Amino acid sequence: MNEDRISVKNALIKGDFLTKLSAVIMGAGIAGHRQIVKGAVILLLEIAFFGFMISTGAHNLSMMPTLGTEAQGKVWNEAKQIYEYSAGDNSQQILLAGVITCFVIAGFIALWVLQLRHSYKLQKMIEKGEKVPSLGKDVKNLFDSNLHITLMTLPCVGILIFNIVPLVYMITMAFTTYSKEGEHLVLFDWDGLHQFQRVLNMNGNIGRQFWHVLAWTVVWAIFSTFLNYILGMMLAMVINRKDTKWKGFWRFCFVLSIAVPQFVSLMIMNIMLQPSGAVNVLLRNLGLISEPIPFWTNAMVARITIIVINLWVGIPYTMIQVTGILQNIPEDLYEAAKMDGAGPATIFFKITLPYMLFVTMPYLIASFVGNINNFNVIYLLSGGGPTYVGDTAGQTDLLVTWLYKLTIDQQYYNLGAVIGIMTFVILTVITLTTYRNSSSYKNEEAFM
Amino acid sequence: MKNQSHENKRSPRKRIVNFLVHVLLAVLALIWVMPIVWIVLTSFRAEPGAYTNTFLPKSYTLNNYVKLLTDRNVLNFPRMFKNTLIIAICSCLISTSFVLSVSYSLSRMRFRMRKPYMNMAMILGLFPGFMTMIAQYFILKAMGLTEGSSIRFGLIIVYSACTGLGFQISKGFFDTIPKAVDEAAVIDGATRWQIFTKITMPLSKPIIIYTVMTSFIAPWVDFIFAKVLCRANADQYTVAIGLWNMLQKEYIYQWYTCFAAGAVLISVPIAILFLYLQRFYVEGMSGAVKG
Repeated sequence: MNEDRISVKNALIKGDFLTKLSAVIMGAGIAGHRQIVKGAVILLLEIAFFGFMISTGAHNLSMMPTLGTEAQGKVWNEAKQIYEYSAGDNSQQILLAGVITCFVIAGFIALWVLQLRHSYKLQKMIEKGEKVPSLGKDVKNLFDSNLHITLMTLPCVGILIFNIVPLVYMITMAFTTYSKEGEHLVLFDWDGLHQFQRVLNMNGNIGRQFWHVLAWTVVWAIFSTFLNYILGMMLAMVINRKDTKWKGFWRFCFVLSIAVPQFVSLMIMNIMLQPSGAVNVLLRNLGLISEPIPFWTNAMVARITIIVINLWVGIPYTMIQVTGILQNIPEDLYEAAKMDGAGPATIFFKITLPYMLFVTMPYLIASFVGNINNFNVIYLLSGGGPTYVGDTAGQTDLLVTWLYKLTIDQQYYNLGAVIGIMTFVILTVITLTTYRNSSSYKNEEAFM
Repeated sequence: MKNQSHENKRSPRKRIVNFLVHVLLAVLALIWVMPIVWIVLTSFRAEPGAYTNTFLPKSYTLNNYVKLLTDRNVLNFPRMFKNTLIIAICSCLISTSFVLSVSYSLSRMRFRMRKPYMNMAMILGLFPGFMTMIAQYFILKAMGLTEGSSIRFGLIIVYSACTGLGFQISKGFFDTIPKAVDEAAVIDGATRWQIFTKITMPLSKPIIIYTVMTSFIAPWVDFIFAKVLCRANADQYTVAIGLWNMLQKEYIYQWYTCFAAGAVLISVPIAILFLYLQRFYVEGMSGAVKG
């Protein structure tokens, strides 16, 4: 069975002349095996690919090892009384062109493999005396058994061009000197793992900030995820209580706060908590404080404020998400516990919480990831501040907001890329270990 | 005895607990609603400036709304509104078709790249979104979509191109439609395309509405991508950047109450949409979460 498999190896060894020919002249095998249009299209693609490689692709690749060497020139033109600039190499464009060329080559290789296999498959169909599907039949299949190809091609192209290519491009930047530091914004070079060393080295300035930011990111993610989860669940339970009246009204009050766009409510919070903002004014008018509370200027207070405001943002979300699931907990579990004389606390920690953790694990992981990457809350509330002199990271900066500051504000692109990669590594370790063990991942098709 | 006190709701202890619970809920509800009430009141405040000496406004006016909607010189809110509306409609159409196509395929079709695709989506979701942002900017620049009115196309692309990764909720919904429906249609000779368009889609109104609305809302509430793409091109600003700008140092005194008015104007339709969509959101979540 294995020997008859449709693979590149088999195609090259056992293929007939036409199939073997298509290793060089792509599409020859397919056209030769009675699918002329398809074969012609593939041949055209091959010609286009080589045309691209000869015209620009090869040049793009040849520039990759150095990323350009010629600096922008500036010559004083005596006659015109101006500086004349000669266009030098732009490393950022060279790198981008190189990355794109690599993707084009990868796509070409994939096409080569696919057409070779397809040719071999057609050859075997003919040998067995089966009818080779006509072009019309192929098109028809695109709307039937191959519908997923029709539906998913465009979305996949979008993801490839605007997510995967940018991501790879950004990752390559981590290994270069592309940064405002040392004036490497136009012309830069490969830098190996140097930036990673800088970030991980606890004694350097950047490294010290990195570990500091990382520690706060983890503390923040743990606090905000679990506090939101537990408190939101308790709120849902209090509202769900049999004796609570006006359930709909209470829910509406809390849901209203998520209905307002987050960036609006966060900006409002920021203004309200300024030294002369509404909250300080209110507290002073009530005679509770004499000096304004330094919500954003004291590191510790700012951290607590952010976590508390995130509760304001997050608790209603948890509430609406767990309400339905809470009602699914089998009533007899509670009855049995009550019979055994368990108090409300015991019931919560021994029945409700374990049940909820079991069912909502994926949601919990997703919200942990979301919190580690929670840009809006930090950026709009404290802006990462307060920031000490000489630091690029503020005391409440998360890895993502620091990444934003490093790239957009400071233009330390290589450092920003390193921070992004580190965030990804940390998140991967956390999620893969938990997610892969969760029941909903394993039993994805269980209820179908 | 125990059983009796359980049944007797009017026992004093129960009444006290009940009373305390309602007081607690009232206090919490007040905390949650207060910032919203405050911003609505501020939007009608007659005194200018971001900070005042009183918590509640002293006098009220409609001028903030009038200024917001008619002042076209400094921060042109009507134009921002038009820009955002165009972007929102286009990206909503593209995103919805992408999301529904991908999630239907993943839910109903079985093909070799299915699991790899889902794993890939999960892995890509772990990268911070801003990591791709700067590179997306460079790519759009290489395509010439970062100058003048072509910024609009750039933004539409940014908002809709990668939406194929956000299939989880609608896939969860499609998963709950019984497969027997499809199988019956196949026996009757329907193609997959016919099943998708004539059977599944009409059964999926809630999730279509949900997807349309969420992708329509996205451009109204994103300010960070828009800020990076628009930079100084003020005539391309979207509503979110406009509101953000009103809070910057140079504008805040003149524009703070207008910001409040703008926030109210944007929030009311979005809030209504959200309250309406809420049940779909919950259904989608509990569908996706089911063990």
